[in-house]
Amino acid sequence: MLHCDTLTVDMQIYLPIAEVSVNAFLLLGLGGVVGILSGMFGVGGGFLMTPLLFFIGIPPAVAVATEANQIVASSFSGVLAHFRRRSVDLKMGVVLLIGGLVGAACGVMLFNYLKSMGQVDLLVKLCYVVFLGIIGGLMFIESLNAIRRSRKNGGVAKRKKHNWIHGLPFKMRFRVSGLYISVIPPLIVGFCVGVLAAIMGVGGGFIMVPAMIYLLGMPTKVVVGTSLFQIIFVTAFTTLLHATTNYTVDMALAVLLLIGGVIGAQIGTRIGTKLKAEQLRILLAMMVLVVCGKLAFDLLVMPSELYSLGPSGGH
Amino acid sequence: MITRLIALLTLLSTPLMAEEVVLGLSQNRVAITANFDGSEILIFGAVKRESEIQQEPPLEVVIAIAGPSKPVTVRYKQKKFGIWINTESVEVDEAPSFYAVATSKPFDEAMNHVNDLRYKVSIPRMIRSVGAPMDVSNPQRFSEAVMRIRSNNGLYQLRENSVSVDQQTLFRTSVKMPANLTEGDYVTRIFLTRGGEVVSQFETTIDVSKVGLERWLYNLSRQQPLYYGLLSLAIAIAAGWGASAVFRIFRQG
Repeated sequence: MLHCDTLTVDMQIYLPIAEVSVNAFLLLGLGGVVGILSGMFGVGGGFLMTPLLFFIGIPPAVAVATEANQIVASSFSGVLAHFRRRSVDLKMGVVLLIGGLVGAACGVMLFNYLKSMGQVDLLVKLCYVVFLGIIGGLMFIESLNAIRRSRKNGGVAKRKKHNWIHGLPFKMRFRVSGLYISVIPPLIVGFCVGVLAAIMGVGGGFIMVPAMIYLLGMPTKVVVGTSLFQIIFVTAFTTLLHATTNYTVDMALAVLLLIGGVIGAQIGTRIGTKLKAEQLRILLAMMVLVVCGKLAFDLLVMPSELYSLGPSGGH
Repeated sequence: MITRLIALLTLLSTPLMAEEVVLGLSQNRVAITANFDGSEILIFGAVKRESEIQQEPPLEVVIAIAGPSKPVTVRYKQKKFGIWINTESVEVDEAPSFYAVATSKPFDEAMNHVNDLRYKVSIPRMIRSVGAPMDVSNPQRFSEAVMRIRSNNGLYQLRENSVSVDQQTLFRTSVKMPANLTEGDYVTRIFLTRGGEVVSQFETTIDVSKVGLERWLYNLSRQQPLYYGLLSLAIAIAAGWGASAVFRIFRQG
């Protein structure tokens, strides 16, 4: 449990679906901080918020479902700023979205199956550790190299223009991104992100942004806006699936998080435009690695209570 | 002979009938509002009797409040492949979501073992686990885990010596109910005991329910989940758009 004595004065609020009482200012603050990061990096911020909600005692199923709803708000707020700057590749966004919706449906089914098995917490945490570890590590190394190269040459690092992806069929022209590639890789990327959105209560930006840069070869300036565009629809769909199958979306919790979140996202977007792409990436990589390390540590160290209680499962 | 028997019977049955509980509660309803942060219920009462106060053994009071009972799945973690994962699980058939016992003496003195078995008063008596799977060793530890975890959360409380009894007639105690309560009827039982034996009992219920916005949101989420989900999304979109619009005005102005 997270406790801050100066904050726990009298703004306790009872969450109707989570059925716990928490401090309203704590939730507003969490929403704000995560919102700033969300706007800066074009990630939904869910990968930080969902574990934080676990820490303050929100049941994991409620945290995952409600976080999906909150990401809709912060992503929508963020994408508007990107639309005005014309840094959204709509065509690419729609292709990613089609994969994403299919992935989200599969993800919710997997989530519900594992919940009845009692392994959902483990799955969620393992997903975090594996994905955050790989992506954080790769981004960190790549950004370091990019910074080193740009210092040496004084120029921008060259992206690999031709790889195996260009051999695939069903090619399509993405004008905004300046790409002519097969639709299969973006569909697969979208699908994976959809599955993760449903299981981990994240938008999936932290996996989609690097995948778009390194796998699809999209220019960094359209990556953030396009990923936000896809995230809005996938998380909206996930919210509806969780609300109708698990009844775990807590509107009161979502409202408090998103008030902080949308304001934070606006501030974050402005900070983000002032930083260089390499700096942005290395910051994101470090944050991803910190969260990953904390979760891995929790899995490896013996918990203080070996038993846990859950609602009667197995129907 | 017959008169002696009747006299003996009256003598034996007198303490059972002679003392009755007249109860008062500070509230018989706990309303879970938006700023609900737990509740403290004051339970007080008097012992009504027709005859003289019996001095020995002294009158003791045991009060038990039980929230709605639900089956619980208890899972046990073990280290496998280097990480801690759930390996065994046992379904505990019945465990109250909240249970508080307040007594005027240490529990064993206020109520003996036979009466505890009969009236199911102490915390272990309230948890029922019918059958554990065959491959689980020592299933008792799962029931103990329920008690330990819920005691740590303030959901199970054994408060010995917390009921004050005056002149063997007036008694009072207060029970703290935490914020994470389950809705339902909370059955409140009051036992009067002498020498560990129950001489009288009284039962009433405290209604715990969500009210106002909490009630409305909860009902909507269960009865109209699709509308509830759409409403959540509408709020999210509106908030996202609103923040964006407000910040644009700030920047231009």
